Amino acid sequence: MPEILDQARTQVLGDGVGLDQAGVLAVLTLPDEHVPAALQLAHEVRMRWCGPEVEVEGIVSLKTGGCPEDCHFCSQSGLFTSPVRSVWLDIPSLVEAAKQTAATGASEFCIVAAVRGPDDRLMKQMREGVAAIRAEVDIQVAASLGMLSQEQVDDLVEMGVHRYNHNLETCRSYFPNVVTTHSWEERWETLRMVRESGMEVCCGGILGLGETVEQRAEFAAQLAELDPHEVPLNFLNPRPGTPLGDRPVVEGKDALRAIAAFRLAMPRTILRYAGGREITLGDLGTRDGLLGGINAVIVGNYLTTLGRPATDDLKLLDDLKMPVKALSATL
Amino acid sequence: MTDAGDPTTDGRTAESAVLTSDATWCDRCGADATAGPHPGCATARVLEPPRYCGHCRRRMRVQVLPVGWSAVCVEHGERRG
Repeated sequence: MPEILDQARTQVLGDGVGLDQAGVLAVLTLPDEHVPAALQLAHEVRMRWCGPEVEVEGIVSLKTGGCPEDCHFCSQSGLFTSPVRSVWLDIPSLVEAAKQTAATGASEFCIVAAVRGPDDRLMKQMREGVAAIRAEVDIQVAASLGMLSQEQVDDLVEMGVHRYNHNLETCRSYFPNVVTTHSWEERWETLRMVRESGMEVCCGGILGLGETVEQRAEFAAQLAELDPHEVPLNFLNPRPGTPLGDRPVVEGKDALRAIAAFRLAMPRTILRYAGGREITLGDLGTRDGLLGGINAVIVGNYLTTLGRPATDDLKLLDDLKMPVKALSATL
Repeated sequence: MTDAGDPTTDGRTAESAVLTSDATWCDRCGADATAGPHPGCATARVLEPPRYCGHCRRRMRVQVLPVGWSAVCVEHGERRG
Protein backbone atom coordinates (compact mmCIF):
# COMPACT_ATOMS: atom_id res chain seq x y z
CA MET A 1 0.00 0.00 0.00
CA PRO A 2 1.48 3.41 -0.94
CA GLU A 3 2.45 5.52 2.03
CA ILE A 4 0.09 8.34 1.04
CA LEU A 5 -2.91 6.03 1.31
CA ASP A 6 -1.83 4.83 4.74
CA GLN A 7 -1.46 8.45 5.78
CA ALA A 8 -4.87 9.32 4.33
CA ARG A 9 -6.53 6.42 6.10
CA THR A 10 -5.42 7.81 9.44
CA GLN A 11 -5.65 11.52 8.74
CA VAL A 12 -8.67 11.80 6.43
CA LEU A 13 -10.79 8.77 7.24
CA GLY A 14 -9.90 8.68 10.90
CA ASP A 15 -9.69 12.36 11.79
CA GLY A 16 -11.58 14.07 8.97
CA VAL A 17 -8.61 16.24 8.06
CA GLY A 18 -8.08 16.62 4.32
CA LEU A 19 -4.80 16.03 2.53
CA ASP A 20 -2.65 19.05 1.75
CA GLN A 21 -1.34 19.93 -1.72
CA ALA A 22 1.61 17.53 -1.51
CA GLY A 23 -0.67 14.73 -0.39
CA VAL A 24 -3.12 15.41 -3.21
CA LEU A 25 -0.25 15.36 -5.70
CA ALA A 26 0.86 12.00 -4.34
CA VAL A 27 -2.63 10.59 -4.97
CA LEU A 28 -2.80 12.16 -8.43
CA THR A 29 0.45 10.44 -9.37
CA LEU A 30 -0.32 7.00 -7.98
CA PRO A 31 0.51 4.14 -10.35
CA ASP A 32 -2.50 2.62 -12.10
CA GLU A 33 -2.50 -0.46 -9.90
CA HIS A 34 -3.14 1.63 -6.80
CA VAL A 35 -6.02 3.68 -8.21
CA PRO A 36 -8.68 1.16 -7.05
CA ALA A 37 -7.33 1.36 -3.49
CA ALA A 38 -7.44 5.16 -3.62
CA LEU A 39 -11.02 5.07 -4.84
CA GLN A 40 -12.00 2.59 -2.15
CA LEU A 41 -10.50 4.79 0.54
CA ALA A 42 -12.16 7.88 -0.91
CA HIS A 43 -15.47 6.03 -0.84
CA GLU A 44 -14.98 5.12 2.80
CA VAL A 45 -14.18 8.76 3.56
CA ARG A 46 -17.29 9.93 1.77
CA MET A 47 -19.47 7.37 3.59
CA ARG A 48 -18.02 8.26 6.97
CA TRP A 49 -18.04 12.05 6.70
CA CYS A 50 -20.95 12.65 4.30
CA GLY A 51 -23.12 9.55 4.49
CA PRO A 52 -24.67 7.40 1.79
CA GLU A 53 -27.07 9.99 0.33
CA VAL A 54 -26.48 11.41 -3.12
CA GLU A 55 -27.60 14.96 -3.86
CA VAL A 56 -29.32 15.23 -7.22
CA GLU A 57 -29.48 18.51 -9.10
CA GLY A 58 -30.74 19.80 -12.40
CA ILE A 59 -29.46 22.90 -14.16
CA VAL A 60 -30.77 25.19 -16.84
CA SER A 61 -29.45 28.12 -18.79
CA LEU A 62 -31.55 31.24 -18.28
CA LYS A 63 -29.41 33.29 -20.64
CA THR A 64 -27.32 31.40 -23.17
CA GLY A 65 -24.43 32.66 -25.27
CA GLY A 66 -23.19 36.13 -26.07
CA CYS A 67 -20.97 36.32 -22.99
CA PRO A 68 -18.32 39.09 -23.09
CA GLU A 69 -15.77 36.97 -21.20
CA ASP A 70 -13.16 34.77 -22.85
CA CYS A 71 -13.14 31.58 -20.75
CA HIS A 72 -11.28 29.45 -23.27
CA PHE A 73 -13.32 26.29 -22.65
CA CYS A 74 -16.71 27.93 -23.06
CA SER A 75 -18.88 27.79 -26.16
CA GLN A 76 -21.00 30.64 -24.80
CA SER A 77 -18.33 33.31 -25.15
CA GLY A 78 -19.26 35.88 -27.75
CA LEU A 79 -15.57 36.28 -28.55
CA PHE A 80 -15.14 32.89 -30.24
CA THR A 81 -16.52 31.37 -33.43
CA SER A 82 -18.72 28.95 -31.53
CA PRO A 83 -22.06 28.09 -33.15
CA VAL A 84 -23.91 28.82 -29.90
CA ARG A 85 -26.28 31.77 -30.35
CA SER A 86 -27.65 34.03 -27.67
CA VAL A 87 -31.05 33.05 -26.32
CA TRP A 88 -33.12 33.84 -23.22
CA LEU A 89 -35.44 31.44 -21.45
CA ASP A 90 -38.88 32.78 -20.56
CA ILE A 91 -40.36 32.37 -17.09
CA PRO A 92 -42.97 29.70 -17.94
CA SER A 93 -40.24 27.58 -19.55
CA LEU A 94 -37.99 28.14 -16.54
CA VAL A 95 -40.72 26.90 -14.21
CA GLU A 96 -41.31 23.92 -16.48
CA ALA A 97 -37.59 23.11 -16.33
CA ALA A 98 -37.75 23.22 -12.53
CA LYS A 99 -40.72 20.86 -12.62
CA GLN A 100 -38.83 18.48 -14.91
CA THR A 101 -35.95 18.52 -12.45
CA ALA A 102 -38.14 18.01 -9.40
CA ALA A 103 -39.79 15.05 -11.12
CA THR A 104 -36.46 13.22 -11.01
CA GLY A 105 -36.41 13.46 -7.23
CA ALA A 106 -33.79 16.21 -7.33
CA SER A 107 -33.57 18.58 -4.40
CA GLU A 108 -31.60 21.26 -6.25
CA PHE A 109 -32.30 23.37 -9.30
CA CYS A 110 -29.60 25.76 -10.47
CA ILE A 111 -30.35 28.70 -12.74
CA VAL A 112 -27.32 29.69 -14.80
CA ALA A 113 -26.58 32.69 -17.00
CA ALA A 114 -23.65 33.24 -19.35
CA VAL A 115 -22.61 36.70 -18.22
CA ARG A 116 -19.68 38.49 -16.61
CA GLY A 117 -22.13 39.47 -13.91
CA PRO A 118 -25.85 40.13 -13.82
CA ASP A 119 -27.33 43.40 -15.07
CA ASP A 120 -30.67 44.84 -14.00
CA ARG A 121 -32.56 42.90 -16.66
CA LEU A 122 -31.11 39.59 -15.53
CA MET A 123 -31.73 40.33 -11.85
CA LYS A 124 -35.35 41.19 -12.68
CA GLN A 125 -35.70 37.94 -14.61
CA MET A 126 -34.19 36.08 -11.66
CA ARG A 127 -36.52 37.72 -9.18
CA GLU A 128 -39.59 36.80 -11.23
CA GLY A 129 -38.28 33.35 -12.05
CA VAL A 130 -37.32 32.37 -8.52
CA ALA A 131 -40.65 33.60 -7.18
CA ALA A 132 -42.54 31.61 -9.81
CA ILE A 133 -40.56 28.45 -9.07
CA ARG A 134 -41.00 28.78 -5.32
CA ALA A 135 -44.74 29.22 -5.82
CA GLU A 136 -45.14 26.10 -7.94
CA VAL A 137 -42.26 23.70 -7.38
CA ASP A 138 -40.95 22.02 -4.26
CA ILE A 139 -37.23 22.39 -4.87
CA GLN A 140 -34.25 24.39 -3.63
CA VAL A 141 -33.12 27.12 -6.01
CA ALA A 142 -29.46 27.84 -6.65
CA ALA A 143 -27.95 30.37 -9.04
CA SER A 144 -24.84 30.91 -11.11
CA LEU A 145 -24.71 34.39 -12.61
CA GLY A 146 -21.04 35.28 -12.67
CA MET A 147 -19.41 37.93 -10.54
CA LEU A 148 -21.65 39.79 -8.13
CA SER A 149 -21.76 43.11 -6.33
CA GLN A 150 -22.64 43.14 -2.64
CA GLU A 151 -26.06 44.54 -3.51
CA GLN A 152 -26.69 41.66 -5.90
CA VAL A 153 -25.60 39.14 -3.28
CA ASP A 154 -28.10 40.68 -0.87
CA ASP A 155 -30.82 40.60 -3.54
CA LEU A 156 -30.28 36.90 -4.22
CA VAL A 157 -30.51 36.13 -0.50
CA GLU A 158 -33.75 38.07 -0.34
CA MET A 159 -35.12 36.12 -3.32
CA GLY A 160 -34.50 32.88 -1.45
CA VAL A 161 -31.57 31.59 -3.48
CA HIS A 162 -29.91 29.24 -1.03
CA ARG A 163 -26.69 28.32 -2.88
CA TYR A 164 -24.53 30.25 -5.30
CA ASN A 165 -22.21 28.64 -7.83
CA HIS A 166 -19.13 30.45 -8.97
CA ASN A 167 -16.37 28.18 -10.18
CA LEU A 168 -12.73 29.13 -9.88
CA GLU A 169 -12.35 26.75 -12.86
CA THR A 170 -8.66 26.01 -12.30
CA CYS A 171 -5.83 26.83 -9.95
CA ARG A 172 -4.63 30.37 -9.44
CA SER A 173 -1.32 29.84 -11.26
CA TYR A 174 -2.99 28.49 -14.43
CA PHE A 175 -6.05 30.73 -14.52
CA PRO A 176 -4.47 33.43 -16.74
CA ASN A 177 -3.97 30.74 -19.40
CA VAL A 178 -7.70 30.07 -19.41
CA VAL A 179 -9.32 33.46 -18.82
CA THR A 180 -7.89 36.91 -19.58
CA THR A 181 -10.93 39.15 -19.22
CA HIS A 182 -11.08 38.87 -15.45
CA SER A 183 -8.93 37.50 -12.69
CA TRP A 184 -8.99 34.57 -10.32
CA GLU A 185 -8.98 37.09 -7.48
CA GLU A 186 -12.17 38.73 -8.78
CA ARG A 187 -13.87 35.36 -8.65
CA TRP A 188 -12.55 34.79 -5.15
CA GLU A 189 -14.02 38.13 -4.05
CA THR A 190 -17.50 37.10 -5.20
CA LEU A 191 -17.11 33.82 -3.33
CA ARG A 192 -16.13 35.71 -0.19
CA MET A 193 -19.25 37.86 -0.37
CA VAL A 194 -21.46 34.85 -1.01
CA ARG A 195 -20.07 33.05 2.02
CA GLU A 196 -20.54 36.06 4.27
CA SER A 197 -24.13 36.41 3.09
CA GLY A 198 -25.07 33.01 4.45
CA MET A 199 -25.71 31.44 1.06
CA GLU A 200 -24.04 28.11 0.55
CA VAL A 201 -20.91 28.33 -1.58
CA CYS A 202 -20.67 26.08 -4.62
CA CYS A 203 -17.27 26.27 -6.28
CA GLY A 204 -15.42 23.83 -8.46
CA GLY A 205 -13.87 23.75 -11.86
CA ILE A 206 -12.85 21.87 -14.95
CA LEU A 207 -10.06 19.35 -15.29
CA GLY A 208 -8.29 18.92 -18.59
CA LEU A 209 -7.75 22.58 -19.50
CA GLY A 210 -4.05 21.95 -20.04
CA GLU A 211 -3.05 22.27 -16.42
CA THR A 212 -0.24 20.10 -15.11
CA VAL A 213 -0.85 17.46 -12.49
CA GLU A 214 0.92 19.74 -10.01
CA GLN A 215 -1.53 22.50 -10.87
CA ARG A 216 -4.39 20.07 -10.41
CA ALA A 217 -3.11 19.46 -6.89
CA GLU A 218 -2.75 23.21 -6.38
CA PHE A 219 -6.37 23.63 -7.40
CA ALA A 220 -7.59 21.01 -4.95
CA ALA A 221 -5.66 22.70 -2.15
CA GLN A 222 -7.08 26.10 -3.04
CA LEU A 223 -10.61 24.71 -3.06
CA ALA A 224 -9.97 23.07 0.30
CA GLU A 225 -8.84 26.44 1.65
CA LEU A 226 -12.10 27.98 0.40
CA ASP A 227 -14.01 25.08 2.01
CA PRO A 228 -17.11 25.28 -0.19
CA HIS A 229 -20.32 23.48 0.64
CA GLU A 230 -20.20 21.90 -2.82
CA VAL A 231 -17.52 21.24 -5.42
CA PRO A 232 -18.77 20.48 -8.93
CA LEU A 233 -16.13 18.54 -10.83
CA ASN A 234 -16.21 18.96 -14.60
CA PHE A 235 -14.04 17.28 -17.20
CA LEU A 236 -13.32 19.28 -20.34
CA ASN A 237 -15.69 18.52 -23.17
CA PRO A 238 -13.82 20.34 -25.97
CA ARG A 239 -16.26 22.66 -27.73
CA PRO A 240 -15.94 23.51 -31.41
CA GLY A 241 -14.79 27.04 -32.05
CA THR A 242 -13.26 27.61 -28.62
CA PRO A 243 -9.51 27.97 -27.99
CA LEU A 244 -9.58 24.61 -26.19
CA GLY A 245 -11.71 22.96 -28.85
CA ASP A 246 -8.91 20.64 -29.97
CA ARG A 247 -7.68 19.55 -26.56
CA PRO A 248 -7.87 15.84 -25.77
CA VAL A 249 -10.34 14.67 -23.17
CA VAL A 250 -9.05 13.62 -19.77
CA GLU A 251 -8.09 9.95 -19.56
CA GLY A 252 -10.56 7.94 -17.51
CA LYS A 253 -7.92 6.75 -15.04
CA ASP A 254 -6.74 10.33 -14.49
CA ALA A 255 -10.31 11.45 -13.90
CA LEU A 256 -10.76 8.73 -11.29
CA ARG A 257 -7.46 9.67 -9.63
CA ALA A 258 -8.73 13.25 -9.44
CA ILE A 259 -12.04 12.19 -7.92
CA ALA A 260 -10.27 10.24 -5.21
CA ALA A 261 -7.73 13.02 -4.63
CA PHE A 262 -10.34 15.78 -4.38
CA ARG A 263 -12.37 13.69 -1.94
CA LEU A 264 -9.30 13.06 0.18
CA ALA A 265 -8.58 16.81 0.16
CA MET A 266 -12.17 17.70 1.14
CA PRO A 267 -13.70 14.88 3.17
CA ARG A 268 -16.92 16.71 4.07
CA THR A 269 -17.82 18.58 0.89
CA ILE A 270 -20.53 17.68 -1.59
CA LEU A 271 -18.42 16.45 -4.53
CA ARG A 272 -20.59 16.56 -7.60
CA TYR A 273 -20.27 14.97 -10.99
CA ALA A 274 -20.85 17.81 -13.45
CA GLY A 275 -20.15 18.15 -17.16
CA GLY A 276 -17.96 15.94 -19.29
CA ARG A 277 -18.25 12.70 -17.34
CA GLU A 278 -20.11 11.02 -20.18
CA ILE A 279 -17.21 11.35 -22.61
CA THR A 280 -14.40 11.05 -20.06
CA LEU A 281 -15.68 8.16 -17.98
CA GLY A 282 -18.60 6.57 -19.78
CA ASP A 283 -21.05 4.37 -17.91
CA LEU A 284 -18.50 2.17 -16.16
CA GLY A 285 -16.34 5.07 -15.05
CA THR A 286 -19.37 6.95 -13.80
CA ARG A 287 -20.08 4.00 -11.53
CA ASP A 288 -16.45 3.87 -10.38
CA GLY A 289 -16.56 7.55 -9.43
CA LEU A 290 -19.72 7.11 -7.41
CA LEU A 291 -17.88 4.36 -5.56
CA GLY A 292 -14.79 6.56 -5.26
CA GLY A 293 -15.84 9.75 -3.49
CA ILE A 294 -18.57 11.37 -5.58
CA ASN A 295 -21.77 12.04 -3.64
CA ALA A 296 -23.78 14.29 -5.95
CA VAL A 297 -24.76 14.36 -9.59
CA ILE A 298 -26.19 16.72 -12.15
CA VAL A 299 -28.90 14.75 -13.86
CA GLY A 300 -30.35 15.36 -17.29
CA ASN A 301 -28.93 17.86 -19.70
CA TYR A 302 -26.32 20.53 -19.15
CA LEU A 303 -26.33 24.13 -20.38
CA THR A 304 -25.46 23.66 -24.04
CA THR A 305 -24.83 19.92 -24.23
CA LEU A 306 -26.84 16.85 -23.35
CA GLY A 307 -26.32 14.42 -20.50
CA ARG A 308 -27.39 10.87 -19.84
CA PRO A 309 -31.10 10.43 -19.30
CA ALA A 310 -31.88 11.10 -15.64
CA THR A 311 -33.47 7.67 -15.41
CA ASP A 312 -30.09 6.04 -16.18
CA ASP A 313 -28.40 7.85 -13.32
CA LEU A 314 -31.25 7.18 -10.92
CA LYS A 315 -31.19 3.49 -11.81
CA LEU A 316 -27.44 3.43 -11.20
CA LEU A 317 -27.91 5.01 -7.77
CA ASP A 318 -30.58 2.44 -7.01
CA ASP A 319 -28.29 -0.38 -8.13
CA LEU A 320 -25.55 0.99 -5.86
CA LYS A 321 -28.05 1.30 -3.00
CA MET A 322 -27.28 4.99 -2.68
CA PRO A 323 -30.40 6.89 -1.61
CA VAL A 324 -31.21 10.20 -3.26
CA LYS A 325 -30.97 12.98 -0.72
CA ALA A 326 -34.46 14.13 0.10
CA LEU A 327 -35.49 17.74 -0.14
CA SER A 328 -36.34 17.72 3.57
CA ALA A 329 -32.73 16.86 4.35
CA THR A 330 -31.53 20.05 2.69
CA LEU A 331 -33.78 22.43 4.57
CA MET B 1 -40.87 15.88 -31.12
CA THR B 2 -38.77 16.40 -34.24
CA ASP B 3 -39.23 17.76 -37.71
CA ALA B 4 -41.45 15.90 -40.11
CA GLY B 5 -39.17 13.61 -42.05
CA ASP B 6 -36.52 13.49 -39.33
CA PRO B 7 -35.86 9.84 -38.60
CA THR B 8 -34.67 10.61 -35.07
CA THR B 9 -37.20 9.99 -32.37
CA ASP B 10 -35.28 10.76 -29.23
CA GLY B 11 -32.36 12.89 -30.42
CA ARG B 12 -29.85 10.29 -29.20
CA THR B 13 -29.39 7.97 -32.17
CA ALA B 14 -25.99 8.73 -33.60
CA GLU B 15 -26.43 7.57 -37.16
CA SER B 16 -29.67 9.39 -37.69
CA ALA B 17 -29.11 12.41 -35.51
CA VAL B 18 -27.18 14.69 -37.84
CA LEU B 19 -29.15 14.57 -41.03
CA THR B 20 -32.77 15.12 -41.57
CA SER B 21 -34.00 13.21 -44.59
CA ASP B 22 -33.71 16.18 -46.92
CA ALA B 23 -30.91 18.09 -45.18
CA THR B 24 -28.21 19.78 -47.21
CA TRP B 25 -26.06 20.86 -44.29
CA CYS B 26 -24.72 19.04 -41.25
CA ASP B 27 -26.69 20.28 -38.27
CA ARG B 28 -23.63 20.06 -36.00
CA CYS B 29 -20.77 21.63 -37.98
CA GLY B 30 -22.69 23.40 -40.72
CA ALA B 31 -20.63 21.83 -43.52
CA ASP B 32 -21.98 20.27 -46.69
CA ALA B 33 -23.82 17.10 -45.74
CA THR B 34 -24.49 15.86 -49.24
CA ALA B 35 -20.91 14.85 -50.03
CA GLY B 36 -20.80 12.08 -47.43
CA PRO B 37 -21.44 11.15 -43.84
CA HIS B 38 -20.04 13.05 -40.89
CA PRO B 39 -19.29 10.21 -38.48
CA GLY B 40 -17.56 12.46 -35.95
CA CYS B 41 -20.50 14.82 -35.90
CA ALA B 42 -22.94 11.94 -35.70
CA THR B 43 -21.16 10.57 -32.65
CA ALA B 44 -20.96 13.98 -31.01
CA ARG B 45 -24.62 14.71 -31.70
CA VAL B 46 -25.67 11.95 -29.34
CA LEU B 47 -24.71 14.37 -26.56
CA GLU B 48 -25.36 17.66 -28.33
CA PRO B 49 -28.37 19.45 -29.76
CA PRO B 50 -28.22 20.61 -33.39
CA ARG B 51 -26.68 24.02 -33.99
CA TYR B 52 -27.23 24.61 -37.73
CA CYS B 53 -30.37 24.32 -39.76
CA GLY B 54 -29.96 21.36 -42.09
CA HIS B 55 -31.94 23.14 -44.79
CA CYS B 56 -30.29 26.56 -44.94
CA ARG B 57 -27.17 26.38 -42.73
CA ARG B 58 -28.35 29.22 -40.51
CA ARG B 59 -27.22 29.04 -36.91
CA MET B 60 -30.25 28.19 -34.84
CA ARG B 61 -31.35 29.60 -31.48
CA VAL B 62 -30.98 26.58 -29.24
CA GLN B 63 -32.32 26.18 -25.73
CA VAL B 64 -31.25 23.12 -23.81
CA LEU B 65 -33.59 22.08 -20.99
CA PRO B 66 -33.08 19.48 -18.26
CA VAL B 67 -35.13 17.17 -20.43
CA GLY B 68 -34.89 17.87 -24.15
CA TRP B 69 -33.99 20.84 -26.29
CA SER B 70 -35.49 23.29 -28.76
CA ALA B 71 -33.74 24.64 -31.87
CA VAL B 72 -35.28 27.43 -33.89
CA CYS B 73 -34.36 28.47 -37.43
CA VAL B 74 -35.87 31.81 -38.39
CA GLU B 75 -36.64 30.42 -41.85
CA HIS B 76 -37.53 26.77 -41.21
CA GLY B 77 -39.07 26.81 -37.77
CA GLU B 78 -38.50 24.80 -34.62
CA ARG B 79 -37.12 21.33 -33.97
CA ARG B 80 -37.42 19.65 -30.62
CA GLY B 81 -35.62 16.69 -29.22
